[in-house]
Amino acid sequence: MKHASGDKRFKILEAHIKKFQGRQDALIEVLHKAQELFGYLEDDLLLFVAYQLKLPPGRVYGVATFYHFFTLKPQGAHTCVVCLGTACYVRGADRVLAAIEAEAKIKAGETTPDKQLSVLTARCIGACGIAPAVVYDGTTVPRQTPESAVAQVKGWLPHGP
Amino acid sequence: MDLDDLNAIAEKERASRKKTVIRCCTAAGCMSSHSDAVKAGLEKAVRESGLDDRVEVRGVGCMRLCCQGPLVGVDPAGIIYERVTPEDAPSLVASTEGGATQVRRGDPNHPFFRKQLSIVLANSGEIDPERIESYIAADGYLGLHAVLIEMAPKDAVDSVIRSGLRGRGGAGYPTGLKWATVAKTPGAQKYVVCNADEGDPGAFMDRSVLESDPHSVLEGMAIAGYAVGASQGFIYVRAEYPLAIKRLQIAIKQAKQIGLLGSGILESPFNFNVDIRIGAGAYVCGEETALMASIEGKRGTPRPRPPFPAESGLWGCPTLINNVETFANIAPIIRRGAEWYAAIGTGKSKGTKVFALAGKIANTGLIEVPMGTPLRQIVEEMGGGAPDGAKIKAVQTGGPSGGCIPAHELDTPVDYESLTRLGSIMGSGGMIVMDESTRMPEVARYFMEFCMDESCGKCIPCRAGTVQMHRLLDKIVKREATAGDLSKLEDLCEMVRHTSLCGLGQNAPNPVVSTLRFFRNEYLELLRQEPDGEPAAAAGAAPARNKEAS
Repeated sequence: MKHASGDKRFKILEAHIKKFQGRQDALIEVLHKAQELFGYLEDDLLLFVAYQLKLPPGRVYGVATFYHFFTLKPQGAHTCVVCLGTACYVRGADRVLAAIEAEAKIKAGETTPDKQLSVLTARCIGACGIAPAVVYDGTTVPRQTPESAVAQVKGWLPHGP
Repeated sequence: MDLDDLNAIAEKERASRKKTVIRCCTAAGCMSSHSDAVKAGLEKAVRESGLDDRVEVRGVGCMRLCCQGPLVGVDPAGIIYERVTPEDAPSLVASTEGGATQVRRGDPNHPFFRKQLSIVLANSGEIDPERIESYIAADGYLGLHAVLIEMAPKDAVDSVIRSGLRGRGGAGYPTGLKWATVAKTPGAQKYVVCNADEGDPGAFMDRSVLESDPHSVLEGMAIAGYAVGASQGFIYVRAEYPLAIKRLQIAIKQAKQIGLLGSGILESPFNFNVDIRIGAGAYVCGEETALMASIEGKRGTPRPRPPFPAESGLWGCPTLINNVETFANIAPIIRRGAEWYAAIGTGKSKGTKVFALAGKIANTGLIEVPMGTPLRQIVEEMGGGAPDGAKIKAVQTGGPSGGCIPAHELDTPVDYESLTRLGSIMGSGGMIVMDESTRMPEVARYFMEFCMDESCGKCIPCRAGTVQMHRLLDKIVKREATAGDLSKLEDLCEMVRHTSLCGLGQNAPNPVVSTLRFFRNEYLELLRQEPDGEPAAAAGAAPARNKEAS
């Protein structure tokens, strides 16, 4: 089935599903690809996946909402993931997060109103040797302080008066 | 591909080795300090100074001392350089020919390095994880060859039994016994699964093994496949480990290309394929039945055992599930003999264990030590104690399922039984050091918040119990709780531990119970007086029904 929108990304996703011979147990792999292509999983996209894999939509929705990695809301243009693993935590990651939240005026899990920055948290990214670590747009940066973190995200925030 | 071909690859690789080898760490820790730029800088410096024929720059896996990264090693001089920048490259390269360099040198004779015994990490920091030739030159795949050509499957199982190896994922179940069960369960289709869903916060051993020496895991899995009669393997890796996934993909591709995975491996009738399955951020998927549900593309919720995966696992077929580190131990055991392995460690805990040392400690990074090494030696001698002269208060092992071991118990040898006796667990190997500034009720609340968020919601004791325990802990930390709240918390701990479906819920109370056991005063100090004037200290002695079963 072609997707009515004509969006090329659906075609890429379809090819990916073919690679798994439409196997239903590839659902998580397919959702990874879908999120990679579209940034997040909207209802329409989940229905498309359900149809392609011949799975009930409820099953697809159930899996998409079960795993933290999948997001059903659009993310900001930039992301900042603060690791709250134990090693980062005992080295002050909570203060780093608080500083970022205060600067961006949003809470963890939220996106700024101008859709520029999403602040997220992670349950250990395995970078404990260089704690506290923060991932800015996919790049892990070691040994963060509240000051260095604020300096890092400042450019992504609207310039105040 | 046969033994001669394997040896030829090894010979060629060894012969191409140049006089000086500069090893640059390209594992995730150092990569985030831009070790890729350092490596590029070193390569450029070698080219520009015309030392191509004498000096080789090699990207290697984890060199252990993550806190001083990027790390660079120079052989055969045996020098380690710390916090190397791309600008340091020219002088560092010149130093191999007698020049001077200002780059900070580490001490390779420091107890941090000297007291390690490397089996799992033997190749880590030495070989190039993205080139199979590099692994083969380090005796790679000789273990698989020995098994396929010289041993019957039951002999391979027997070797693992005699080695005394126990599961490195946390629970410590005897690996050989697991293999024997899968081997003797009838079934046309069987599976071998590698659990690389390293979810414990503070643990990065498995990530480092996958990034530094992926072939050792593949070889271990193939040997397991032969031993139990499986032709298909899966590695379930966390999505949070992109570099580990990439290196595994490369490793699988290379092994297939030269016939070390696939059909008719090493000219034997044995077929074995490995596929990667990427997790999607659910801690509970580290539990084996949840992990299998996830591989099948379902919500990662656990199911009651029995039946155990060994009898009915993936798609109802007999399935062997072992952890990354367990598989990485297999090839050395086959190559060097079960007796050699069994001679290392203690009576009931054999071999070595890799720990990720982190938190308030001077030397953070990876260590591999024989089982039975006293905790004090690990954190004080090797780890260098707490930084800035602070005092160590406790060591947390086992992540959210483990407990806090107080400083006065530091002489405890690290083995499965001793840690369990202290109310903690070996766990997968995360070891977080806490100093005097860490407040234990807050630590307990932190872990409970983790378990609350990660509870899959299938069974009520875990789903509702973790929420209630978190609320009580939050109340305690905020100084709003009474002695009654504390005893309610202790009741809940017992209830959740005994009635939860899987390990997540059963172990969720551990951080609370262990901190209450050793740091009860910290909780009592936070309690509010009861309205009727009953002193908070009444909670000082736990009610008899809450006494921990010893």
